[in-house]
Amino acid sequence: MNTEDTQTGSGGAHWPLWEIFVRSARGLSHVHAGSLHAPDADMALRNARDLYTRRNEGVSLWVVPASAIIASDPDAKGEFFESPQGKDYRHATYYTKSEGVKHL
Amino acid sequence: MSSVGTTPVVATAMGAATGDAMASATRITPGNALRPEDIAGKVAAGSVVVPQDVASYALRLGDDALILAQRLGWWVSRAPELEEDIALSNIALDLLGHARSFLSYAGGAWGKTEDDLAYFRGEDEFCSAHLVEQPNGDFARTIARQLVVSTFQHLLYNRLVDSQDATLAAISAKALKEVDYHQDHAYQWVLRLALGTQESRRRMVNGLDLTWPYIAELFDDDELIDRLEGIAVRPSSLRVAYDCRITQILAEAELDVQEVPRAAGGGRSGRHSEYLGHILAEMQVLAREHPGATW
Repeated sequence: MNTEDTQTGSGGAHWPLWEIFVRSARGLSHVHAGSLHAPDADMALRNARDLYTRRNEGVSLWVVPASAIIASDPDAKGEFFESPQGKDYRHATYYTKSEGVKHL
Repeated sequence: MSSVGTTPVVATAMGAATGDAMASATRITPGNALRPEDIAGKVAAGSVVVPQDVASYALRLGDDALILAQRLGWWVSRAPELEEDIALSNIALDLLGHARSFLSYAGGAWGKTEDDLAYFRGEDEFCSAHLVEQPNGDFARTIARQLVVSTFQHLLYNRLVDSQDATLAAISAKALKEVDYHQDHAYQWVLRLALGTQESRRRMVNGLDLTWPYIAELFDDDELIDRLEGIAVRPSSLRVAYDCRITQILAEAELDVQEVPRAAGGGRSGRHSEYLGHILAEMQVLAREHPGATW
């Protein structure tokens, strides 16, 4: 076989990245399953079907361009997520049940 | 059991064998569709009788699927992108599943298993069409072949679900949904390659040109088909719908259907091109080297 003819490599230009969300059953939320490369949205959906539902994992798929996801800054973890720590009054378990209250 | 819902005879008999798949507590299950093992089990138990002619017909369908699966398997680790690698191997595995079902069923007529038929028949005993043994070429040539085969198989199985033979109908019902996806996969790529860059279009046109001569054989009728009225689908009766569908897809891709002289054919009666011997050598070597080995 002519190897040159079978070289269909993608060269320098790579396909864009897509994030895949799978819903495993009716009534459950779509859950992030991973990511993949695809030339466009239609092919991304098909690739997602092939990659993430081949063992019967899903009944619904969402594909989202990775570039459309606005992510929090991993370097700002402290400012972003540490503030609620120690604020246990934001949890119901912080409070003691008042005497005589029924059905609580 | 939706895939075998149209064939109650098979559905009830095979339901028992697939019961354990339903019992799984995990969300990821193999599902509850018709499996080749169910057919092999019924054939071995003698609960289904396979007439010779029906077996010969099942063998044709199985051989087409088997040889194409073997061809497509070559793309594993070689496709243009990882995602396409998985897509093509998924399609190959679907086809292998169809082949296993058809061969398991056909074997019932001769006391043979699917493995006996796949690994221990000679080249002239295979009755696959020449199209499926054609080289993969580049990605576009593989897609051209996929477009033709998946379109043909979709039309075929869509009719075979009404066969008087309950097992053929059940296998077709399972295969139909899978082939529907194969067809869509090929269609999507024909559009993208034909309307993509100048280079991708050149490759798509070239791939189709190499494929045209092998299409006619798929639609040939013969005495076996004559004898199986109501059980087999007459290939020639699919041609109009096939042409209609292909013309539509190619028009969308701004491509023309080429009228070319047909290749010799003869695959259905065991006359093959030089390619099949090499495919079989690779496919059969391990099983012949170690007969009866399991892993």
